[in-house]
Amino acid sequence: MNFIWFHRLGSPPYVYALARRLTPWLAWPAALLILGGLWGGLVLAPPDYQQGDGFRIIYVHAPSAWMSLMVYTTMAAAAAVGLIWRIKVAHAVAAACAPIGASFTVAALVTGSLWGQPMWGTYWQWDPRLTSELVLLFLYLGYMGLRAGIEDTQRADRASAVLAVVGVVNVPVIHYSVTWWNSLHQAPSVMRLARPSMPAAMLVPLLLMLLGFTLLFGALLLVRLRAEILARERANAWLKEALAR
Amino acid sequence: MKEFLDMGGYAAFVWPSYALTFAVIALNVFWARRALARAEEAARRRLAARGES
Repeated sequence: MNFIWFHRLGSPPYVYALARRLTPWLAWPAALLILGGLWGGLVLAPPDYQQGDGFRIIYVHAPSAWMSLMVYTTMAAAAAVGLIWRIKVAHAVAAACAPIGASFTVAALVTGSLWGQPMWGTYWQWDPRLTSELVLLFLYLGYMGLRAGIEDTQRADRASAVLAVVGVVNVPVIHYSVTWWNSLHQAPSVMRLARPSMPAAMLVPLLLMLLGFTLLFGALLLVRLRAEILARERANAWLKEALAR
Repeated sequence: MKEFLDMGGYAAFVWPSYALTFAVIALNVFWARRALARAEEAARRRLAARGES
């Protein structure tokens, strides 16, 4: 087996150049998918038989919630790789994830609240799903606060990585909260083993949105990763060439 | 058009949800680009400082 490609992913100049090259290939498809999902979700999808047009909040709520979990999982995995193999680039990936994840967690919580008021009759309940998602926001904020509080980047990387890895237990709790406990929140309708419980006209825009948000995360991560790498490389010689382009 | 904007009576919940989510997307694009621009600027300054000494 040839693992050279894997070793290259630990090399800051290589990853920096790769990130720059890949960004547009993720950003433009993301924009197209999200616009397509927006059109499909707001215009083409029929109103729900119970929730009428109110169900259309799903097209922004579910992708935001998906982002909040996917970004955290990515962050924790990168932090674990950074801790175990002491790879600087992995810590840079983890650090780049946090602000993206935190902002989409806010979007998931607020859009969920705006959906809860007309459908459940309340903006907020201390319900397992809602509470565990709020804990996720505090994990992101704690991670960013911890990093901001430690000046030495290497120490900040290691301390915040421990927090990220420990906090990952919350991810399955959020996902399964609606099945483990009685929750106001509805059960999964797409992310489940059986077939999605939605007709295609409703499902396809949602899938476009989910894929679009995922690619958007990739693009945002690559841009932020370059910033994180630059900050970690101090005044290394390769920066001169990288910045000249 | 009016019917579309009314969202079957859910306009007060649907539109703010969409507005917030797209604001978060726009802010993320802006923040990421600003972070990169600042990091590039700082790296250039470090390189210049090293070159002088």
